[in-house]
Amino acid sequence: MKFKILALLLVSCLAIGIAGCGGGDKKDNVVYVYSWGDYIDPEVLKTFEKETGIHVVLDEFDTNESMYPRVAEGAVHYDVICPSDYMIQKMISNNLLQPLDFNKLPEAKKNIGEDFFKQAESFDPGNKYSVPYCWGTVGIIYDKTKVTDPVDSWNILWNEKYSGQILMQDSARDAMMIPLKLMGKSMNETDKDVLAQAQAMLKAQKPLVQAYVVDEVKEKLINSEAAMGVVFSGEAPIILKENPNMAFSIPKEGTNLWIDGWVITKDSQNVDNAHKFINFMCRPDIAAQNFEHLGYSTPNIAVRDLVEDEELKNSPIAFPSPEVYSGQETYKYLGNQMDEYYNNLWMQVRVDS
Amino acid sequence: MRYIKKIYLATIFLFLYAPIGVLIAQSFNASRYRGHWTGVTLDWYTKLFNDERIADALSNTLSIGLLSAGIATILGLITCVAMKEFSRKWRATFMSITNVPILNADIVTGISLMLLFMGLGLKLGYVSILLAHIVFNVPYVILCIMPQLMTLDKSFYEAALDLGASPFKAFASVILPELRPSIFAGFLLAFTMSADDFIITHFTKGAGVDTLTTEIYAELKIGIHPEMYALSTLVFFCVLIFVILFAINRRKLKHIEEAI
Amino acid sequence: MFNTMTRNVLLTPFLIWAVLFIFVPLICIVWYGVTDYDGNFSLDNMSLIFERGYLAALKLSVELALISTVVCLILAYPLCLILTENRRDNTTIISLLFILPLWMNSLLSTMAWQTILESNGIINQLMRLLDLPTFNMINTQGAIVVGMVYNFLPYMVLPLFISLSKIDKSILEAAQDLGANSWQTFFRVILPLTIPGAVSGITMVFIPALTTFVISALLGGGKLLLIGNIIEQEFTFQYDWHVGCALSVILMIFIVMNMLLTAAFDPLKEEGDG
Repeated sequence: MKFKILALLLVSCLAIGIAGCGGGDKKDNVVYVYSWGDYIDPEVLKTFEKETGIHVVLDEFDTNESMYPRVAEGAVHYDVICPSDYMIQKMISNNLLQPLDFNKLPEAKKNIGEDFFKQAESFDPGNKYSVPYCWGTVGIIYDKTKVTDPVDSWNILWNEKYSGQILMQDSARDAMMIPLKLMGKSMNETDKDVLAQAQAMLKAQKPLVQAYVVDEVKEKLINSEAAMGVVFSGEAPIILKENPNMAFSIPKEGTNLWIDGWVITKDSQNVDNAHKFINFMCRPDIAAQNFEHLGYSTPNIAVRDLVEDEELKNSPIAFPSPEVYSGQETYKYLGNQMDEYYNNLWMQVRVDS
Repeated sequence: MRYIKKIYLATIFLFLYAPIGVLIAQSFNASRYRGHWTGVTLDWYTKLFNDERIADALSNTLSIGLLSAGIATILGLITCVAMKEFSRKWRATFMSITNVPILNADIVTGISLMLLFMGLGLKLGYVSILLAHIVFNVPYVILCIMPQLMTLDKSFYEAALDLGASPFKAFASVILPELRPSIFAGFLLAFTMSADDFIITHFTKGAGVDTLTTEIYAELKIGIHPEMYALSTLVFFCVLIFVILFAINRRKLKHIEEAI
Repeated sequence: MFNTMTRNVLLTPFLIWAVLFIFVPLICIVWYGVTDYDGNFSLDNMSLIFERGYLAALKLSVELALISTVVCLILAYPLCLILTENRRDNTTIISLLFILPLWMNSLLSTMAWQTILESNGIINQLMRLLDLPTFNMINTQGAIVVGMVYNFLPYMVLPLFISLSKIDKSILEAAQDLGANSWQTFFRVILPLTIPGAVSGITMVFIPALTTFVISALLGGGKLLLIGNIIEQEFTFQYDWHVGCALSVILMIFIVMNMLLTAAFDPLKEEGDG
């Protein structure tokens, strides 16, 4: 009897299904792109496909740490990836990337700011492997109606007044960066005693934390689920637009200046297409369109003049003045062992109850 | 007592349908963000039909579902026929082997298959998902077919043999038609299991290949694209309409039966 | 039906299939679980489980899975009793309505629970409208249990429903004729007859609840890690398959116990069911 019911109910599923069938045709001219969630305007991809006839297969990741094993394992062949600074360094030193051919990237040479290439040398000496795509800082976004204290220090994330109202980033380096900065240490600290102290601070903070989040932070803050959250500067303009009660602040102890860049994998099977894709992303009109969709700061110096949205054009978050980012630290790759050490410290904070 | 029963049913009913109501409501929400109500719109339904990612994921879900269910049905049927000929003890042993993928935790099955595929040097992608789905579908098919096969009357089959049919011919023309309902049920059960699976697909999928469930998982963190709610709402209502038609039909059949 | 030879030939594809796709993969897991990076035998992975505090996660998983199983049983039993009580036309429809939610994608409906339970969620907004005190349920163990019960309740309802509807009415009448009141009928007749169904339901709820990582990730706010989350993280973040496999081996111990239990009360005996 139960199977008869199941059977009959299922037929309708099938009926719906057959209508949508037949989309599995193989496309030869492809480029496999692995990027952060919601990091490219879908319209941009459509334009690219229309102009070049290259089909883009896009996969998304939510942290550098979850991206790395999939690429390192080699079971999945991506052509173009968009990791952050320290992860680019890690991939270079583990021989996962191939040098870019800048002759095929005229738009990158023309439009990406000199300063950004210089900053990128810290993780990609000689700028051989990567082209900067987005950059930004990490700060605290808070609800002006709920937070009465001044938000100018990472300290506020330990304030018991806001117990259950705090959202933290769920990734090892970003989480550890905050207590390290509070202690006045480097975010690339390798002294295990200092790291243990930082871990202890995170454990002590855990009861106050509402949730450890990644990209969900945007939705939660738009819905006023929490009074404050640690976010990448690029998320801020969108949250502020949807929820006017919010404000963004970069703590005085210092923050992470990060750069995400395009790289091509060593075993890429569509090297030409990969270059075309990266070059396309550096075109001013495309970069501007992308920027308006994302809100993340762009290293493309030709973009600002093309932005139509006045609010975004004059946003101090999207186009910060140099004093905001000058002198800030960027993550460095600390070696596989230290990497694992950070991951374990963070895992233990999360398991801790 | 009767009221208590009704209230009880209603409470469980509410519990089961509350999230579905929320999802349906979200498919009409003008805001792209979950729980942020800004008005009513039908945009997501029109956008749904232009969304290439959803179309790809849907066609993967359907083709993997149909293929894996089909192959699993054939393999399951052959296995059932063979198992029937063994002694009770052997049959019980085989059955407990076939049940391993059902009783095992999905996460263990998923990881173990991923390790196998990587060990074999198979590129993770469409084929690996398909193989994995066949693995967990076979036992469902066997669970559907085996009971009916065991209760089948042998005499027609033997009569066919006496009339000079070869065993395979006799099987195809006598046994197979009898088994049709359970084969059908097995196929459909396998298809649903395949379409609904997330965990095993999550571990065995590769670049650029997504089924609906893995696509949804990827979207969960950045915020589900409301087109997905629209699709689920459509599927849900199709199933609902089907159930209603089925119920009406059944009642009619009953009346006819009673009349006769 | 067929001769021995044909029968063996027919079984061969399945046997090859089972060895390749059931046994070898499981052996892979055990192999990774008890070796180190260089492929030497080592129990370090197992001891890491104790050092890293993963035992606490295992304990939490077992607790929440047990609670969810009990809640499912308590909710499903009266439900099935009511549904099987009168076999009228509309019982079929009502039963169908209870299966229908299964056709909604479970990831989406679990996400919907987040929208319902959040601090600015639907329940709390209703409470505010009615001037009632709001409560904080999202990102707690309670929220995870709600998610588990929602997702796995049908697994409990289905076997219970089948075993209850299989009870012959005449047995109940006989009990009443022999002077048993309805409580006695329930405890002496109905309950014992439904034990196989209940056991099947319990095992079918317990294992997925014990091993889930999706429900806890969506409703636990990343603060409450279950054993499934840790395994998933070991594979997707930590890049330490050996520890992930060692944890899976521990899960398999639970699963084997579960299989033995199911075998002892097999409700899907090949003679019955139709």
